[in-house]
Amino acid sequence: MNAAAILALIRNDIRLYFADRRAVLVGVLVPILIAAFFGYVFGGAGKNAPAGKIPIAVVDEDQSTVSRAIIADLSADKLLRVTTLDRAAAREQVKAGEQNAAAVFAKGFGEQTTKAMFSGRDKPQVLLLVDPSQTTGARVIEGLLAQYSMQEISKEAFTGVAGRKAMDGFLADLDGQEPTPTNADLKTLLQTARKLSEAPDTASAGGSGGTVQRGFGLSIPYTLASTEVTARDTAPYNGYAHSFAGMTVQFILFAGIDAGVLLLITRQRGIWQRLRSAPLRRSEFMVARALATTLVGLFQFTLIYLAAVLVFKVRIEGSWLGFIGVGIAFCLLNAAFGLMLATLGRSAPTTRGFASMATLLLVMIGGAWVPAFVFPRWLQNVSLYAPTRWAIDGLDGATWRGLPFSSAVLPIVVLVGSAAICLAVAIWRFRWEE
Amino acid sequence: MLQVEQLSKRYGDRLALADISFAIAAGETVGLLGPNGAGKTTAIAMISGIARPDGGQVSLGGVRITQDANVLKRRVGLVPQDLALYDELSAWANLQLFGGLYGLGAEQLRRRADDALALVGLSGRRNERVKSFSGGMKRRLNIAGALLHDPDLILLDEPTVGIDPQSRNAIFDNLEALKRRGKTLLYTTHYMEEAERLCDRVLILDHGRILADDSVANLGRQYGNLEAAFMQLTGRELRDGTEA
Repeated sequence: MNAAAILALIRNDIRLYFADRRAVLVGVLVPILIAAFFGYVFGGAGKNAPAGKIPIAVVDEDQSTVSRAIIADLSADKLLRVTTLDRAAAREQVKAGEQNAAAVFAKGFGEQTTKAMFSGRDKPQVLLLVDPSQTTGARVIEGLLAQYSMQEISKEAFTGVAGRKAMDGFLADLDGQEPTPTNADLKTLLQTARKLSEAPDTASAGGSGGTVQRGFGLSIPYTLASTEVTARDTAPYNGYAHSFAGMTVQFILFAGIDAGVLLLITRQRGIWQRLRSAPLRRSEFMVARALATTLVGLFQFTLIYLAAVLVFKVRIEGSWLGFIGVGIAFCLLNAAFGLMLATLGRSAPTTRGFASMATLLLVMIGGAWVPAFVFPRWLQNVSLYAPTRWAIDGLDGATWRGLPFSSAVLPIVVLVGSAAICLAVAIWRFRWEE
Repeated sequence: MLQVEQLSKRYGDRLALADISFAIAAGETVGLLGPNGAGKTTAIAMISGIARPDGGQVSLGGVRITQDANVLKRRVGLVPQDLALYDELSAWANLQLFGGLYGLGAEQLRRRADDALALVGLSGRRNERVKSFSGGMKRRLNIAGALLHDPDLILLDEPTVGIDPQSRNAIFDNLEALKRRGKTLLYTTHYMEEAERLCDRVLILDHGRILADDSVANLGRQYGNLEAAFMQLTGRELRDGTEA
């Protein structure tokens, strides 16, 4: 093995990489900027960042105690930004995308809901006008509407004027019916509730506008304690960790394409004859190319993650060895991928075009842009065949998930195995002799 | 020193070299002349070990290329017709690569690179990127790149193509300096005056066959001058085919 020749080739490839300063800058700065953007959008700043509120319009045609109370609850919710409008304006704003949805409380809503609470009949309708492109926001609104409606309607039913009126009506109905043990029990229950509703501490305050102070109602009988399960209890999730993993993978692959294309161009230049006239074996040449591309990839990897750690507070919460192992294995894969491209491609522009398309596809299904868990199940299964998915999962595991080295073993094995396949294709296809 | 025996090469249906044989003695400068497609570049590729012959043998100092191509390659320096340089790198960085390929140590490489740059008159431009060089400077650096491992035989494939007369003259001076150092040169060219000035002997090649192998003086005596010999032997037909 001509080690001096291999070293000379590696040194030369690294010189060539650094000779194009603009490419170096693009290969390091652009992934940092894109990762910063994606990381921020996907909650990079953590829990303390002001979350974007969901815009919702409410149309109160009822103006009842119940409708006003529900609107007051919705307005106080930290997830929503509530605007009161008339029906036509609400529809226009949803159509224009200014509101994710609009809830319309029609005339008679409060009275009908309290009646329906006891009778189960003639339920009024809340019309929800939804922007079809904002279905996630609409789901949140549906949930909150159900929660606050149940709370306020039950309050009114058991302690409000409309509730007392409904109970009186229902008691009168029972009096007119055939006396059965069930009816007798129901009557006793309603009479007790009716009496309770007249107690001074539960009387309706009512009034028009403003916050409504009223009696008890049904509420969700538990509180929710949501805890982020990350590396440690004291380590909040950092959205930048995932976006940096994705963008590092993407841009190292782009550098791999450049290395492959450079080899193709070299073959078409006089320099190829000079290389071929030197006492250099095909294996030495390929080893040198693979190592040089691996080193360039590791350089990018180091700088991008340095920015992630220093500026965006990404931490290696898991195994350092796993993190480094996944990084090296991915850079090896990238080098083999570049070599394979150079042996399969015919012209530099065509190869660059196809390789860029393949790379974008690989990083997309690998979860570099959007985490793989949001994919449909079938796509999640398909993505397991993309080495990029293993690289990103491996880096996620070593960073914010805080997983041990054992969790990095499989990604490393998959990446090294994929590198071996690419290398085998490259060796098979590489034409050294003229 | 160089022994070429019955060398043949075929590219598909086209015969590039048809059993050519010749020998070059140590210290001799031989011109390989021929029109486009005559087989000059193919012959150079076989002798330098870049391409495998279909038949025949190349040996240098008794070592056959099929025995150990790498041993032979260490004794041969190739100056390709296409510029074999990285434009993005400095002259010095280019030479570091070319010397490194032959396993030269750092100190030896530094010395040899200094000497090569001095020979071609580029010592003062060593740290400049090749892309800033003129055509003539690039051609001179192209020659320097073949000298670092101190080869016994230097193969020059049209080293003066596309440059101005001043640069060509400078290259002649460089080659004459190499001759004085006792190097063996095999030189392909279209320019008869170059062969007349530099070569002790010329081989006229056409359609893969050697048509003449004699000294410039003898060919001059026989045909009037070298150009007349060339035209008479290769004919006046235009050669628009690919260079081989």
